[in-house]
Amino acid sequence: MAETAEQDQIMEPQEAPQVELDRYSKEELHRFLGEMLFYRRFEEKAEEAYAIGKIGGFCHLHIGQEAVALGMIGPLREDDYVITAYRDHTQGLAKGADPGAVMAELYGRDTGTSRGKGGSMHIFDVEKGFMGGHGIVGAQVPLAAGMGFAIRYREEDRVCVCFMGDAAVNQGAFHEALNMAAIWKLPVIFVVENNEYGMGTAFSRVSALPVVDRARGLGVRAHHVDAQDIVRTHAFMEDLVEEVRGGAGPQYVDARTYRFKGHSMSDPVSGTYRSTEEVESRKKEQDPIGVLRDRLMEAELLTEEELEELDKEARARAQEAADWAEEQPDPDPSELYTHVYAEENEHGRLYFDGRDREED
Amino acid sequence: MTEDAATPPTPEHASRTSRGEPSTFLEAIAEALFEEMIRDEAVLLLGEDIGEYGGAFKVTRGFLDRFGPDRVVDTPIAEAGFTGLAAGAAHVGLRPVVEMQFMDFISPAYDVITNYIATSRYRGAGAQPLVIRGPVGGGGRAGPFHSQNVEMAFFHTPGLNIVYPSTARDAKGLLKAAIRSDEPVIFEEHKGLYRAPFLREVLPVDDLVIPLGKARTAREGEDVTVVTYGMMVHRCLAAARSLEEEGVSVEVVDLRTLLPLDDDHIMESVRKTGRLLIVHEDTRTGGIAGEIAIRVNEQAFEWLDAPIARVTAPDAPVPYAPDLEDAFLPDEAEIARAVRYLAKY
Ligand SMILES: Cc1ncc(C[n+]2csc(CCOP(=O)(O)OP(=O)(O)O)c2C)c(N)n1
Ligand SMILES: [Mg+2]
Repeated sequence: MAETAEQDQIMEPQEAPQVELDRYSKEELHRFLGEMLFYRRFEEKAEEAYAIGKIGGFCHLHIGQEAVALGMIGPLREDDYVITAYRDHTQGLAKGADPGAVMAELYGRDTGTSRGKGGSMHIFDVEKGFMGGHGIVGAQVPLAAGMGFAIRYREEDRVCVCFMGDAAVNQGAFHEALNMAAIWKLPVIFVVENNEYGMGTAFSRVSALPVVDRARGLGVRAHHVDAQDIVRTHAFMEDLVEEVRGGAGPQYVDARTYRFKGHSMSDPVSGTYRSTEEVESRKKEQDPIGVLRDRLMEAELLTEEELEELDKEARARAQEAADWAEEQPDPDPSELYTHVYAEENEHGRLYFDGRDREED
Repeated sequence: MTEDAATPPTPEHASRTSRGEPSTFLEAIAEALFEEMIRDEAVLLLGEDIGEYGGAFKVTRGFLDRFGPDRVVDTPIAEAGFTGLAAGAAHVGLRPVVEMQFMDFISPAYDVITNYIATSRYRGAGAQPLVIRGPVGGGGRAGPFHSQNVEMAFFHTPGLNIVYPSTARDAKGLLKAAIRSDEPVIFEEHKGLYRAPFLREVLPVDDLVIPLGKARTAREGEDVTVVTYGMMVHRCLAAARSLEEEGVSVEVVDLRTLLPLDDDHIMESVRKTGRLLIVHEDTRTGGIAGEIAIRVNEQAFEWLDAPIARVTAPDAPVPYAPDLEDAFLPDEAEIARAVRYLAKY
């Protein structure tokens, strides 16, 4: 009995506490602001490029959710793993992927992170521990468990952070993966980027319980955090990562955030599923960049000039990525046949399409 | 059912025919769904974002208002779960139509489709007649997970039907037949056809039902038979028109239903022309061309005057970069080249 009560206590979702600014130096706080501004400007560049047809297909922006990327990835080491869904550009940047290569991928260029073959939803930088964008909702969650499994297997002290959208917690794969993570005590932090909506359906319409309660029945400890507050999110994650490194086992984080744009570039910002007023008020009150800016200014840790300087720098970095991408070559059509198999043996593998045989 | 003041309006895009207006491929699908829901209360729709949001491609826009949340069901993102649920409901008499937001996402439901739905009748359990429909195909720069054709993942499973229309008329008539059929049907809709202006047509006002399992001759010709389906029908027709000017007469057979294959129609055409090219957008190895070729070998070998040829996508995932995707997809020039080769053989 006592054990059950104790168990219950442990399983009660914990809220990440409010954090004072003095946990960080002024330089650190400015860096937070500068990074988030950079992610914002990068995504705006992508939006611009999409509008004029330089980026095609599906492109999901992270605007409004920048503090999740920085706050959850900032505290990691380079050899830790990050894996995510298709809203993946800024997580890639936060984990150290080269901005030019990410933009080049969006442009479909030969020097993009997937050599133009994957596009927006498939950003990878394996060397930097960014284990990719994944376009099938929920499918990355078992993969994260597998990375956690490998870490434990090799007795390393790395951690794996697995992002997913709120809608992903209804996939079977989510439940299967968290259960395995729990029974094998895998060093994985499952972060739900809870922006309250799937594509055009409110989470509450397709889920009987709130996000934070979805891990309890699987034996994974749950937390929730106001993820529009970078200071709180970053501090919370620093502590959590150290716990997991020390053997605390899997964790589940309901990171409360909001998407400011449409689901993808081809979807409206608001409409049948959420009102324009709702979006506008969230943008006004819960912009992660605005929240930090106001807090810093109030504490007299930031001047208008400094803000302007940080933004100028952010814009320049985004512009540089776009300019670089612009100059990159398109992949040669012969690249269709590369990277399908480890060995490209024309006679041993059936990737050869045989078209030439039909030449006259 | 009678329309009265209390009945919410009929979705405009799903009722063009009643006003004498032409329908796109997408509107034809919406009409089929709408008419079948009116005809039979057992028909209901399940899928992600199909109700309030109207669907990723807006096929079911306005349906929720018209039919209510019991018949237009916004599901969680849980393909294995809601496809299984639909199978269970079908087993006890409902007629669910499941939308895969993109057919690429059918993969989590592979187990229930191949192990359960396909074998239900054989296992003595009776039929689980449902339709699983959704967008397929490349050309939209949508990359490896939003551009695939899924037919060959299911073609090998006895007990399933696979339908892949190429015109608005066929889309409507075949979907209505699929919903009424006692077989489980996988229904593929090429995204590139959804709003293609050249496919807009005024559909017949009467109940348009086109039987499953029957191919159609999309163009008559004498010299070479081209067997194809879906988007490739239109590329083959374009190639046939240009070859006409060179004096090569091409017959284009649109399969419409891939499983079961209409052998009779294929053989009849091959026996007439003696030359066969098979064209599909799906990848090459294990593509439907292989199955058709062996059937022709079995049933019409003596009529052949040339080896059977195929034009397909290469064995690779669908790439994102425009140049790569264009090179990936079979085009008119490649088709024409293959036809010329056969014609001269
Ligand atoms: C298995 C699967 N089903 C459906 C989709 C189509 N789809 C892509 S994103 C999405 C909504 C996901 O919402 P959420 O997980 O909350 O992430 P968010 O977009 O809010 O970041 C849907 C339905 C998909 N990619 N994969
Ligand atoms: Mg979401």
